[in-house]
Amino acid sequence: MARRLWRRVADHWVLAAAALVLGYLLLPVVVVAGLSVNRPSSRLSYDFHEATLDNWRDPCAAPGMCAALLRSVQIGFLATAISTVLGTLLAFALVRYRFRGRTALNLLVLAPMATPEVVLGTSLLALLVAAGVPQGFWTVVIAHVMFCVSFVVVTVRARLSGMDRRLEEAALDLYASEWQAFCRVTLPMALPGIVAAALLSFSLSFDDFVVTNFTSGTTVTFPMYVWGANQRGIPPQVNVVGTAMFAVALLLMAAVRLRGRRARQPAPPSRGDAGAASERPVSAEVG
Amino acid sequence: MSGTYRRLLPYLLVLPGGLWLVVFFLLPAVQLVATSLYDPAGSLADGYAMTWAFGNYPDAIRAYWAHFGRSFGYAGLATALALLLGYPLAYVIALRAGRWQHLLLVCVVAPMFTSFLVRTLAWKAILADTGPVVGLLREVHLLAPDGRLLASPVAVVTSLTYGYLPFMVLPIYASLQRLDRRLLEAARDLNARPAQVFWTVTLPLSRPGVVAGTLLTVIPASGDYISAELLGTPRDYMIGNVIDAAFLVRLDYPQGAALSVLLLLVILVLTIGYLRRGAEEVG
Amino acid sequence: MESAQPGARLRLIELTKRFGGVTAVDQLDLTVAAGTYFALLGPSGCGKTTTLRMVAGLEEPTRGRILLDEEEITELRPYRRPVNTVFQSYALFPHLDVFENVAFGLRRRGVPDVTEQVRAMLSLVQLDGYDRRRPAQLSGGQQQRVALARALVNRPRVLLLDEPLGALDLTLRRRMQLELKRIQTEVGITFVHVTHDQEEAMTLADTVAVMNNGRIEQLGTPAELYEFPATAFVATFLGRSNLLSGTVVGRDGDDVLVEAYGQRFSVPVIRARRTAGAVLLGIRPEKLRLVGTVDEVPAGHQAVAGIVTDAAYLGTSTQYLIRTGWGGEFSVFVAADGEARPVPVGATVVAHWHPRYAFLLDGGTPGGTPAVPVDPAGAVPANGVGPR
Repeated sequence: MARRLWRRVADHWVLAAAALVLGYLLLPVVVVAGLSVNRPSSRLSYDFHEATLDNWRDPCAAPGMCAALLRSVQIGFLATAISTVLGTLLAFALVRYRFRGRTALNLLVLAPMATPEVVLGTSLLALLVAAGVPQGFWTVVIAHVMFCVSFVVVTVRARLSGMDRRLEEAALDLYASEWQAFCRVTLPMALPGIVAAALLSFSLSFDDFVVTNFTSGTTVTFPMYVWGANQRGIPPQVNVVGTAMFAVALLLMAAVRLRGRRARQPAPPSRGDAGAASERPVSAEVG
Repeated sequence: MSGTYRRLLPYLLVLPGGLWLVVFFLLPAVQLVATSLYDPAGSLADGYAMTWAFGNYPDAIRAYWAHFGRSFGYAGLATALALLLGYPLAYVIALRAGRWQHLLLVCVVAPMFTSFLVRTLAWKAILADTGPVVGLLREVHLLAPDGRLLASPVAVVTSLTYGYLPFMVLPIYASLQRLDRRLLEAARDLNARPAQVFWTVTLPLSRPGVVAGTLLTVIPASGDYISAELLGTPRDYMIGNVIDAAFLVRLDYPQGAALSVLLLLVILVLTIGYLRRGAEEVG
Repeated sequence: MESAQPGARLRLIELTKRFGGVTAVDQLDLTVAAGTYFALLGPSGCGKTTTLRMVAGLEEPTRGRILLDEEEITELRPYRRPVNTVFQSYALFPHLDVFENVAFGLRRRGVPDVTEQVRAMLSLVQLDGYDRRRPAQLSGGQQQRVALARALVNRPRVLLLDEPLGALDLTLRRRMQLELKRIQTEVGITFVHVTHDQEEAMTLADTVAVMNNGRIEQLGTPAELYEFPATAFVATFLGRSNLLSGTVVGRDGDDVLVEAYGQRFSVPVIRARRTAGAVLLGIRPEKLRLVGTVDEVPAGHQAVAGIVTDAAYLGTSTQYLIRTGWGGEFSVFVAADGEARPVPVGATVVAHWHPRYAFLLDGGTPGGTPAVPVDPAGAVPANGVGPR
């Protein structure tokens, strides 16, 4: 009995370790949610003082925050739309065609991901200043598209390269034109990857502080607002936004999951004799 | 469809995205290098003259070598911690979670949607002098009665580790997920104890994930300046803080650019060295 | 005396495994004699792989015991069992070369000098000089040999082989079968080989157990199983059988008399699994002979008349399908010995056999389901058949 118990401990300690790490990951989110229903005793205080729903009732009470939030959403949508289209086209070309400069292009796509944000931001700033372009809303969009494109390419490419090309060939064999095969077979199958890429782009753009900081001029996005507010004391409404974003993310992922489950392929063969060909000798029966 | 169209199609697909990257990534990088060689005597208002001032580099290193050291020290420490924490989590999600797998993945990814800044600020509340963590550590005498966590390297590294942990977990998860479980069974069958299975089969086969996770953590962490700014003091500032100040506060573009280029070069050298060593070990 | 042998006797006692509500292995009792080549034969999903995995320790039994000689290993961790496995599709470690794959088990047990043993084992499986290759650089047959060497080098008391030849093409499979047999004889270890290929089981094994639905239907030498199957499942899974459902109507000395489809047949009592009630009368297709008329049937033989509906030339034999008068189908293999003349499709023929080749099986209780679905005569459309 003791041996069994010891064996269970030996088998499961890693689960406990993982649970602790998960707690570490989620702790700040819990704290943010807690702070969102907190009435702080003073502007610079982070202590839990008194529970209240005021922050949720009127998130825009913090001056300037909602304007910044709206700007972030606008930038997020624009950057997502542009980078998803550009990135998907790049991914298709990289997966489906061999062409001159393909290797160099691959490198160019990966490079922004391997570059610290502060370098991306400062180099864009250096260029904008040298070219005499004023920084503002549109320069932020341009910058966000630049770093989102790489992530879109990587995400969509992963989906495309896992796809069975024979399905397209089957469509062509069944009298579809190339364009029809693309619209009816390729695109629908790549769609989950494209949706994931778009979600990722939006979250990257919405959350970006560093690159935005160097390219925004006087434009204030939500992260810029938080950064600025940190000097004066963070209004609790900021935590409302943080919590709401977390909730929206959960809902979105649940929705994607549910759709995915409905479109799930047939379950893989069960364990045990899976894989063994079921070639049974034909039995000749007389009746 | 005509043959010419077919031949041109990949280029047409590539053109907009490729152009965007050339104009807004490659060109700025060139401009950054150019800026780093401008005459440091110039100013933003009067304009800079290109004097091929290579002296900007030694000047920048002399002034800020400590920040470079701190950046890579903190980032390295945070990466090591993230690997130590992230591996077990990725392992459990990939191999032990069963039907909870998806939920656990969501738990790893979803916090990233709560703004990075907001989460970093949450650490301010968690590590506050009057908070429970400091209280507990003081109680068990791991911290002096007046000891603090905030405004210290501990807070900065904690936040860095936290911030980039998902980038460590996800690639390791992906490579463990691809792992053929029959190999683990084969190892057990061949007299390997659980620990031996891990060191001889699981870990070597998840190496691509570990390499990717390490790079995805150490690169952004070494350029990070949010953690040091929000949770540290100027004594904990990393190279990112210096670059930020050079461009946005001191308006010393040549020096800021030189520091940026140096940061990129160091990362490039470290990355290539790391990948090459990894390739050698794999054989 | 047994401990002097490299192989151990393997005993399974009431071994049971359930996955949720599904019983994969159902109270299995089995003894595998030390040093023999044993085959577990069955269709996919019959529980044979699960049984193997329980012996390896990769699956925990729901109930029951596993013994090696007298030692109980049911509770032992896989790495403590003197048992090794050749996995289906081999599971070779892709990050290790051939030498390290084979040395893996020895190193884990801390054996100090492995080179000699690994080299000897690679030589046994005829892979000398392949030490530094990676698994990905090997052909399927070579990978199979590495997997075998990797397990055998540990000198297990029992070697488990899970569909080891399943991924090989037919020619290679035949060659590896001979190889496996040679190696088993050479090392003397008890081999337990799981397969769905009846020919493979019969070629290799000293003893074969036919498994179905988590139970063992019959255990014996290949000849015993083939010549006198115990159940309809065995009769049809191991080779082919013509099965006639009938009823025992009496005895005549050492013969059991059976009535089926209005005809009388007799079967020696020693060839009967059941001597009363509903039975299945079985006869192997190659035991049947074809003649043109009833007059040509030799004395003492039993006969069924019908029309040839299909003839397939198979090289060593020709397979005929005969539609009987009651609408059933008989298959008949006629050896291509150069004497038999081809019979055209549509010809009226009489199939006959000597009673000592027939066997009688339990036909199930009336209304109950027999192990193999036996079509009632009405289920076969009788258009255009029957004696004219």
